Amino acid sequence: MASSRLIHTRDLTKTYRVGDNEIRALAGVSIDIEQGEFTAVMGPSGSGKSTFMNIVGCLDQPSSGEYDLGTRRVSDLAGDELAAVRNSDIGFVFQTFNLLARTPAVENVELPLVYAAVPSAERRVRALEMLAKVGLAERADHHPGQLSGGQQQRVAIARALVTRPLLILADEPTGALDSRTSLEIMGLLQELNRQGMTVVLVTHEADVAHFARRVLRFRDGHLVEDRVNPDPGDALAMLREDAVPA
Amino acid sequence: MSILGLLRVAMRALAVNKLRSLLTMLGIIIGVAAVIVMIAVGSGAQARVEEQIRSLGSNLLLILSGTTTAGGVRMGFGSNQTISEDDAAAIPREIPETMAAPALRGTAQLIWGNQNWSTVIFGVTPEYIDVRQWEIAAGRIFDATDMAGATKVCLVGETVARQLFGGANPLGQVIRVRRVPFTVIGVLESKGQSMMGTDQDDLVLMPISTARKRVLGSGNLAKQRSVGTIWVKVAEGYDMKAAEEQVRSLLRQRHRLQPGQDDDFSLRNLEEVAATQEASSRVLALLLAAVASVSLVVGGIGIMNIMLVSVTERTREIGLRMAVGARTRDILGQFLVEAVTLSLIGGLAGIAIGVATAVGIAEFAGWRIVLSPESVVLAVAFAFAIGVFFGFYPARKAARLNPVEALRFE
Repeated sequence: MASSRLIHTRDLTKTYRVGDNEIRALAGVSIDIEQGEFTAVMGPSGSGKSTFMNIVGCLDQPSSGEYDLGTRRVSDLAGDELAAVRNSDIGFVFQTFNLLARTPAVENVELPLVYAAVPSAERRVRALEMLAKVGLAERADHHPGQLSGGQQQRVAIARALVTRPLLILADEPTGALDSRTSLEIMGLLQELNRQGMTVVLVTHEADVAHFARRVLRFRDGHLVEDRVNPDPGDALAMLREDAVPA
Repeated sequence: MSILGLLRVAMRALAVNKLRSLLTMLGIIIGVAAVIVMIAVGSGAQARVEEQIRSLGSNLLLILSGTTTAGGVRMGFGSNQTISEDDAAAIPREIPETMAAPALRGTAQLIWGNQNWSTVIFGVTPEYIDVRQWEIAAGRIFDATDMAGATKVCLVGETVARQLFGGANPLGQVIRVRRVPFTVIGVLESKGQSMMGTDQDDLVLMPISTARKRVLGSGNLAKQRSVGTIWVKVAEGYDMKAAEEQVRSLLRQRHRLQPGQDDDFSLRNLEEVAATQEASSRVLALLLAAVASVSLVVGGIGIMNIMLVSVTERTREIGLRMAVGARTRDILGQFLVEAVTLSLIGGLAGIAIGVATAVGIAEFAGWRIVLSPESVVLAVAFAFAIGVFFGFYPARKAARLNPVEALRFE
């Protein structure tokens, strides 16, 4: 597929004021991410990776600098305009899944479409389609409490995909899962990426970052490393090997 | 999000903490029920007063004869017979918009067969029936011939008819009033209790001429034309104040009173009495409703309290909703609808309980109640307004959360 620039930032900074102290969470980050890339963002806590991800995810605004998502300058947007961008262009996957309790899986997947004012019949069709895609078609009516951790994260991924976003932002998606389930989830993200979806993954685990083709590393608010992973792991293949004991 | 969608989300959220939702609603339930009961009881009392005033007739003037002082002892009104049948005749003659009915009052023992009963005797003219708004249940009223001839005929009130005759038909029966035989020619329709609680049906009406000559007359009363009271009915639409002044000046003129000299009679405007009584009963009803609405406000504060707790508890949910694209007004709407749902369900339950309580009070305590649709609509509207008012602050707090911080909230 023809690659084109999806994320473009120039000199992004973010400064917080805590009492009299100014804390520089992001000290000028410039980066470009192409469409269809699978990028891992790494760094210890306090490195600025979370701040960077919040800005890329349109949850937060930079103090200065430019950020273009696709062809749109989003660093100037605020409030409900950012909410609209999040709704249409970004799919979030969280460490703790963040599913609505006591709400069937299919309605959890529908949630972004509710805020996009999609008619309910169409919502249901699209949500079921996405659940099928993550392999949970027959669990549509289950509540999160009736699903395993891996299944809950699949529901969350279906929810992230349902608006057909430009990119998936996964913040420590395997942080609450055991290693085998982690492989399943990483395999699903890799599969989606193979189908053309841009994935940005935040992690502090090298094993997880290993599945990405590009790795960014943050420290003290700076981007300190940007390398291509020449030989990313194949999570599904590892899962198959794992399943057949020697 | 559509209102229906918001309602579904709200119902689901409220169902999560059923007991808490119920307790929160309880404030509104009690408040609405109290408002409905208080309005029902208050307007019941008001309706009772109005009914009694209507049975009395509000376009009435009552003239009582003056006082007398004997050896420094001041007697009450009526002790000195200063007004007369001639005054009563003069009033409609001089003021055509009026109708006057003089009355002579006394008590007497009635005897029929082996029954006897003590009651009040009124010597009146046929106008009295009209002025005091008596209806005839059976028989006829006395006419000009009876008046002129001082015929020994009488009408009996419902209580007298029951006490004296039991089940028998009183018409045509002969009763003894202070040993004088009278023929009963009519029975009066029941009026029930007066405002002061006295039985208005315990009386006998007879021509004033008969009463003066044969029953109540003794000494100089028989010779004079004096009466104890004159009722004046003023035509509908005629100013009561003006009529009162005209009657007053007419009587002063007829009694030859000098300017500055006190009236030798007492003139009462029953419209004023009625208006005062009506106003005080309305104030009472209003006061009851106001006290009850205080509990509604307290209920509203309960809603606000719980909504604030709920917003804090669901900070992560709010963050997630914002992350997937909820705008400020979506979050605001969600929590506002939740608060209003609480208050409206509470309001509906309150109506049910309030109506049941009011009906129960009417049934067991025997109080008069009036359940008006307006009070129900008012209570619901008030409950709705409370939900919006006390739900707004927590909802705005939710809508203003920062999505990054909300998602990170533990």
